[in-house]
Amino acid sequence: MKNRNAALRRGSLVQRLALAPYSFWAVLFIVVPLFFIAFYAFTDEELHFTTENMRYIFTYKTDENASLPFYVTIFFRSFKLSAISTVICLLLGYPLAYRIAHASPRMQSILITVIMIPMWMNFLLRTYTWRMIMLDKGILNTYLGKLSLGPIHLINTEAAVIIGMVYDYLPYMILPIYSVMAKMDPKLLEAARDLGCNGFGVLRRVIWPLSLPGVISGINMVLIPSVSTFYISQKLGGKSNRLIGDEIEDLIYYNRNLNRAAAIAFVMMVLLLIFMAILQHRANKRAVA
Amino acid sequence: MKVLSKIYTGLILLFLFAPIAIMIVFSFNGQQSTAVMSGFSFRWYEALADNARLLESLRNTLILAFSAAIVSTIMGTAAAVGIFRLRKKYLRVALDTVTNIPMINPDIITGISLMLMFVFVGRLFGLANKLSFWTMLIAHITFCLPYVILQVLPKLQQMDKSLPEAAMDLGCTPLRAFFKVELPELMPGILTGMIMAFTLSLDDFVISYFTMGEDFQTLPIFIFNMTKRDVKPTVYALATVIFFVILALLMLSNLFDSETSKSLKEAKKKKKAKKQAI
Repeated sequence: MKNRNAALRRGSLVQRLALAPYSFWAVLFIVVPLFFIAFYAFTDEELHFTTENMRYIFTYKTDENASLPFYVTIFFRSFKLSAISTVICLLLGYPLAYRIAHASPRMQSILITVIMIPMWMNFLLRTYTWRMIMLDKGILNTYLGKLSLGPIHLINTEAAVIIGMVYDYLPYMILPIYSVMAKMDPKLLEAARDLGCNGFGVLRRVIWPLSLPGVISGINMVLIPSVSTFYISQKLGGKSNRLIGDEIEDLIYYNRNLNRAAAIAFVMMVLLLIFMAILQHRANKRAVA
Repeated sequence: MKVLSKIYTGLILLFLFAPIAIMIVFSFNGQQSTAVMSGFSFRWYEALADNARLLESLRNTLILAFSAAIVSTIMGTAAAVGIFRLRKKYLRVALDTVTNIPMINPDIITGISLMLMFVFVGRLFGLANKLSFWTMLIAHITFCLPYVILQVLPKLQQMDKSLPEAAMDLGCTPLRAFFKVELPELMPGILTGMIMAFTLSLDDFVISYFTMGEDFQTLPIFIFNMTKRDVKPTVYALATVIFFVILALLMLSNLFDSETSKSLKEAKKKKKAKKQAI
């Protein structure tokens, strides 16, 4: 017995040693860098404290007559386009996730693999192909022209950016919803039907509330990368549909203004945190009710 | 209803695969156009094979992905073992939260937060080249770690706790018990974690873009620079090659998966038979 206790004690030492490198790494390369965003956001080039970056973001206007400050419109556009894309992904993805979850096990694994294949393609190449499809003299308009259907002007519009976001992130909506639905007990649905629920009632009162955790992680997984994207908007949105990510990239690579870039990133991070907290709070409330 | 849902599934799959099909078809275009298909040729594949910078970036990507996968797998597995045994609840909650950060944060935040720190430290020491292969490797290890940990932790939870205890009762040192008893049980999770880390590193653009040095270009960065201008079908040829490599890898891993699950099932059957015999 004494021997075993000694062994266990040694075990806990081994365990602590096992955890040490990661704890060290996580603090140094996950936690500390986040403070650097805040640090740069509130300092100037000489690293002296200032709130000038924040003031600039919330007041700078490209021309006097603009109703909203420049960066505020960028933030507004980013959240608008990614919110629309997220809703479209949910509307398209939810029925499909349901359909997959109710297929035969073999069919389920085939369909899930098929949906994951585009995710494995480099996303720059996928997005770039959409540019080639949408250009005014691109693939779509060439073949529409051959069918003598009018050319559609898509490239460099908000619609183009939304299509790109939906295309790139749709699988991220389908997969979490599917994994929640696949675990759902079919007896619950039967019971609801037996107790007099009609088809829509089952969906609204049983399936939807039970699938909420999947829906929430799907929303997060689509909204977060689309709010912060810069490649999709660059390739499909052109100069008139710039998003937060474009401004950050520009400030870092072309203007070398790290402090202002950090300030924008900081504001985006805070907004996203608030959004996720509200979403989670609402879901918890519903789960309790 | 059945027909409708089949049509619906078909339409979504069409949407997901149309661009990929277009890429593959146009990669064989005889002309330089990326919009009109005319003639058939392999010239874009030849152009690809001749591109020295492409081959170099491919090599760089593989070096980086291998290094990041190996380091994050070893560190992540050790971390999972440690986290699993943590008794103090607040420590565990703290570690779980920190582990989740890189997965929830937008890539651009992870990328520039690390970049800002590297630039700051570089400035502190007066280095000329603040970003290099090493900063990129640190970034890749950092975003791979959570995925490894999340693959290994459930395997620890599924494992029979009495196994390592039995081994220690029978005279194994804790370390030996870990390597002889626990590690083999964890292997499937560790391997999945490593493959995930490898593919994540392979495919990452955003975090690499902000933490890269000038002398070390990876394939996604190469693609990004390539698509800055409106270009030739070479891009499509590259995409096609990548697509088929991924498809082959997926099929291989599926094969590997079903093999291991088959042998696992057989092993379980044998166990059962033994029990019954006893």
